[in-house]
Amino acid sequence: MAKQLPLNAMHVAAGARFGAFAGYDMPITYPLGVMKEHLHTRAEAGLFDISHMSHIEITGPESPDLVSRACPYHAVQQQQGTGRYTYMLNQQGGMIDDLIVSRLGPERFLVVANGACADKDLAHLVALAGDFNARVQHIPRVFLALQGPKSAMVLARLIPASGGLTFMQVMELDDGTFLSRSGYTGEDGFEIGLSPEIAEDFAKALLQDPHVEWIGLGARDSLRIEAGLPLYGQDMDEKTDPVLAGLLWAIPKELRGGGDYIGASALAEIATRGVSHKPVGLKPDGKAPVRGGALLFAGEAPDSPQIGIVTSGGFGPSCGHPVAMGRVIQSATLAGNQIYADVRGRRLACTIHKLPFVPRNYYRGD
Amino acid sequence: MASTFYTEDHEWVRVDGNEAVVGITNHAQEQLGDLVFVELPEAGRKVARGEAMIVVESVKAASDVYAPVDGEILAVNDALEGSPGLVNEAAEGDGWLVRMKLDDATQLETLLDEAAYAALVG
Repeated sequence: MAKQLPLNAMHVAAGARFGAFAGYDMPITYPLGVMKEHLHTRAEAGLFDISHMSHIEITGPESPDLVSRACPYHAVQQQQGTGRYTYMLNQQGGMIDDLIVSRLGPERFLVVANGACADKDLAHLVALAGDFNARVQHIPRVFLALQGPKSAMVLARLIPASGGLTFMQVMELDDGTFLSRSGYTGEDGFEIGLSPEIAEDFAKALLQDPHVEWIGLGARDSLRIEAGLPLYGQDMDEKTDPVLAGLLWAIPKELRGGGDYIGASALAEIATRGVSHKPVGLKPDGKAPVRGGALLFAGEAPDSPQIGIVTSGGFGPSCGHPVAMGRVIQSATLAGNQIYADVRGRRLACTIHKLPFVPRNYYRGD
Repeated sequence: MASTFYTEDHEWVRVDGNEAVVGITNHAQEQLGDLVFVELPEAGRKVARGEAMIVVESVKAASDVYAPVDGEILAVNDALEGSPGLVNEAAEGDGWLVRMKLDDATQLETLLDEAAYAALVG
């Protein structure tokens, strides 16, 4: 039985169509429809309920050390008021989950984890906490994302201080609300963690602005694929290491050859040895979408060699054509190169396309 | 005199003599959301009842459309190649999918009438 979001009644009232995701009944689309929801977010401000994502707080004198063990970066040096894209690795160098870790204070970190990974992430961190003078605790929150070019203007009316943030900066409000200038659409925007008691009023206040519309998970997926952002469980998983996933950039250079974090030695070995495949963007030449799981081939002939796999794909409403991401052998990754995807037994031509498909419009300051 | 039947898989079948025009219901297009691609069969293809004969792709997912009865594809709606959204705009009109010849008109008796389909989708 799927759990319901704390704001479920609001989504029902808004006419949402629901689907199961990460153990929750999630709004997939609203009456606007996924196409218009997507385009609205790129032009105005889209409001997403992403409360399936998990908030985990790590506190205590050795909280920086715990984070540095769980995640491959120098949490000790992380500046207060900043968020960082990172991940947790297993001993084999595979990805347990990808995360945003924000430093809220000298001895306080907030981990935002994928909904489908919430339980295993929490268990992993709680087990680690036994080795440190630190405490790990799940924080029940309503988590909203406001995304799109009008987000800053809209949110400034409710939270005047929000305008002071630049991309990947975070703050806390007096009432405990967590605010981060970040998102998963490629647009400027914010992610807002609210206590369930005040969340409904806050969402209603946002929706009073004519620029704001509810946006479902369907458009969230097409927006993130156009922006070239990977989705855990789709583009990578526990069997994928960050080198193969193209996410090594998130590890400081001096930690790629080893460190005290879990998975360091396995990762160093993988980084030295190199990997056979590399992530790429794929633009199907025709109109048929090419979706995750489709195999990629060097040529159109049935006996041409398989050279990769599609990890995510669908239609890109802002691009006006299908968009996909996948992994192909190193020799085939040049932009403009033509390869073929097998879709229902047919070979569909695809062109290697640089990511992202649309420019990322993050706010990095004036 | 044409009469319209429905399937539990949310197709409509408008029968005229021994030919029928087939599409997906308005309820089905609402469930699927914005269509971005329709993969239609070749004219002349023989299809058996229950066989996947068309794929409709929304932004998010691909779904099969099944042959409602045995028959042969006579024509497809070419307008959908450029405008798959016609199915969303007029699922039971201009957004029709294929025209087919019926092998056995008695198969129609097992399909739903309008009232039964309306009851099915509530």
